[in-house]
Amino acid sequence: MPVYETKSYETKSRPAGLSRRTAVMGLSAGIAALAMPRLGRAADDTIRIGFPTPLTGPFAAEARDQVKCAELAVKLVNDKGGIAGRKVELLVRDDKLNAGEAATRTLELIEKDKVHAVVGALSSAVQLAVNEVTRARGVIYVSISQSDTINEAKDFSKYTFHEALNPHMTTAAVARQTIKKGMKVAHLVADYAYGHEMLRGFKRAQAAIGAESVGEILHPFGAADYSTFMPRLMSLRPDVLCISNFGRDQANAIKQAVDFGIKQQMKIVVPVILHNQRLAVGPDVFEGVVGGANYYWGLESQNKTAAEFNKAFRAANGGAIPTDYGAYGYSGVGSLLQAMQAAGGTDTDKVVAALEGLQYDLTKGPQHYRKCDHQSVQSVLVLESKKKSAMANENDLFAIVANDPGADEMLRSCSELGHAT
Amino acid sequence: MDLSLIIMQLFSGIALGAVLVITALGLTIVFGMLGVVNFAHGALFMIGAYAGLYLASLTGSFWWGLLLAPVLVGAFGMLIEFVLVRRLYGRSIDDPLLLTFGLSYILVEGVRIVFGSDGIPFPTPSQLIGVVDLGVGFFPKYRLFVIALVAVVLLVLWLMLEKTRVGLIVRAGARDPQIMRVLGVDIGKVWLAIFGLGVGLAALGGVLAGPMRSVNPEMGTLVLAEAFVVTVIGGLGSIVGAVVAGLMVGICISMVALFAPEMATIVMFALMAAVLLVRPQGLFGLKGRA
Repeated sequence: MPVYETKSYETKSRPAGLSRRTAVMGLSAGIAALAMPRLGRAADDTIRIGFPTPLTGPFAAEARDQVKCAELAVKLVNDKGGIAGRKVELLVRDDKLNAGEAATRTLELIEKDKVHAVVGALSSAVQLAVNEVTRARGVIYVSISQSDTINEAKDFSKYTFHEALNPHMTTAAVARQTIKKGMKVAHLVADYAYGHEMLRGFKRAQAAIGAESVGEILHPFGAADYSTFMPRLMSLRPDVLCISNFGRDQANAIKQAVDFGIKQQMKIVVPVILHNQRLAVGPDVFEGVVGGANYYWGLESQNKTAAEFNKAFRAANGGAIPTDYGAYGYSGVGSLLQAMQAAGGTDTDKVVAALEGLQYDLTKGPQHYRKCDHQSVQSVLVLESKKKSAMANENDLFAIVANDPGADEMLRSCSELGHAT
Repeated sequence: MDLSLIIMQLFSGIALGAVLVITALGLTIVFGMLGVVNFAHGALFMIGAYAGLYLASLTGSFWWGLLLAPVLVGAFGMLIEFVLVRRLYGRSIDDPLLLTFGLSYILVEGVRIVFGSDGIPFPTPSQLIGVVDLGVGFFPKYRLFVIALVAVVLLVLWLMLEKTRVGLIVRAGARDPQIMRVLGVDIGKVWLAIFGLGVGLAALGGVLAGPMRSVNPEMGTLVLAEAFVVTVIGGLGSIVGAVVAGLMVGICISMVALFAPEMATIVMFALMAAVLLVRPQGLFGLKGRA
């Protein structure tokens, strides 16, 4: 076995090899130091926002957009003189889509970099790990990735805010547009928190509508090949196939389903339809797929805030447009900074109170954090991927099927989540 | 559970296995002949997909991409052997391992810089879009094509190794390079060609996988792990082993996907553990080697 051999070689004394190894280690340490410069703290009164996000891994495309938008939110505030005369600094860290890594980075941000608040994470499992750390240390955390459990009393703390949509409201909006009474629904679900929560949401929505579930297939998270699930899905003969996964899993699963001719038999529905994944596999594959979204740039034709957000983003990013998860970065950091502005600084209790009372409109219309669970009440979009011939330009990816305005009724009640009412 | 579903599942497994075979083949050939564990194999698979995509869009035809990418990336592999790997022959097995491990990071990062970290669409060639009715269900034309192409590649490889003079030298060189040198064979040239072949096969796997998966800089990471599992099950260095193990793993994944889908990834590692317990050298591995 090579593994054992490798070990036995290491015990041999080979001065040349040793020195080379040391050199390699020294070099990589040097590179690491270069890659993460400890920025000199210009002034001690800088407001520091920690931003853990999976810059590497299968959600990298979405994470990068989050960072761009978060940086834009910070820049716009700094351009106007900062908060109570203090500059704002964003400290971005790669959580590698790993709960342990995210917890370590967050702890570092709090203990070493002395951040005043944390925004970020892009996986339902990772955000819960970040939340564990922040709530134990009494630091405000604004989560910008989908989760239902983070609002439930078990995981909640007064420092926990959830800016992203949650699976309950997303799946309800998508199901309303795609599932009719008496339909048969099959589910292909990523086997981790996000998939489980979306499945729970869809099942609740379809039960309310009166549709029947004919099968649920859990697939391993991060799988590259979905062909082995297709024969079974087709044999179930559903009217609708709900594919509840995220990032590249979504692109690969839809692409392979289309290869198997699934679209000729049933409608493909996803809880969250991703801008970057649609770009990654092209219009023909995604044509007709329906899914929910927190944001789509095309909203600018019917919403003034969206037009302004797009304009600011285009100006800062050479004419590029902001994407769905990018918008979370902007509204997550933006709402926090507005609350700090209102609180006149970074005093945690004052900022929490300001966030609870905040009415903000940053990307798509009015939003506010519900008092009992700190879930952002906001509009939900339902989008349908356009076919190639219907696209006006290369960014014209989706048609807006529905734009449900935000309302407390979209959410599960405070008492259902276990909060005192 | 009706029979047609099980047959369909078997078919999906063989198609999946075909891709596994082609990726494991390059890895096992390079190890078997050169004793080099190529950790950059997954990254070169990814480079192959990008090269295929680039060449296909340049020439306007998938087929040119499929033909040229393995050749060009294979040539790049020879360059890697000539400039880097060659210097480490005769040293411990972990030296080239570390080298190729580092190389894989450089390649992935390089592709990120040139093509960006987002996925890029790789359209299925128009002739192979759609499904074929197998009598028991529908199966994508493209995946059938992959099975056929892998079979052809295997046949050509087998003929080359077993029936030609070059094949004889290669096989002898794997056994005892010292004697080959004494007999006047420039074994360095043989190793150069073998490394190029291994890398070319990785690239071929990448181009073939392109239309089935999204093309992105990290697409080789998982492939490397899968290729290693297949190689270890089959026996390090054994070509027959890679073929048998690749198909076995593919079919296993597919059957498990039918009954316990969430276990579909784990099963391949469980299979590896089981095989290693019974036959530590792998199914077709030689005792004492590797």
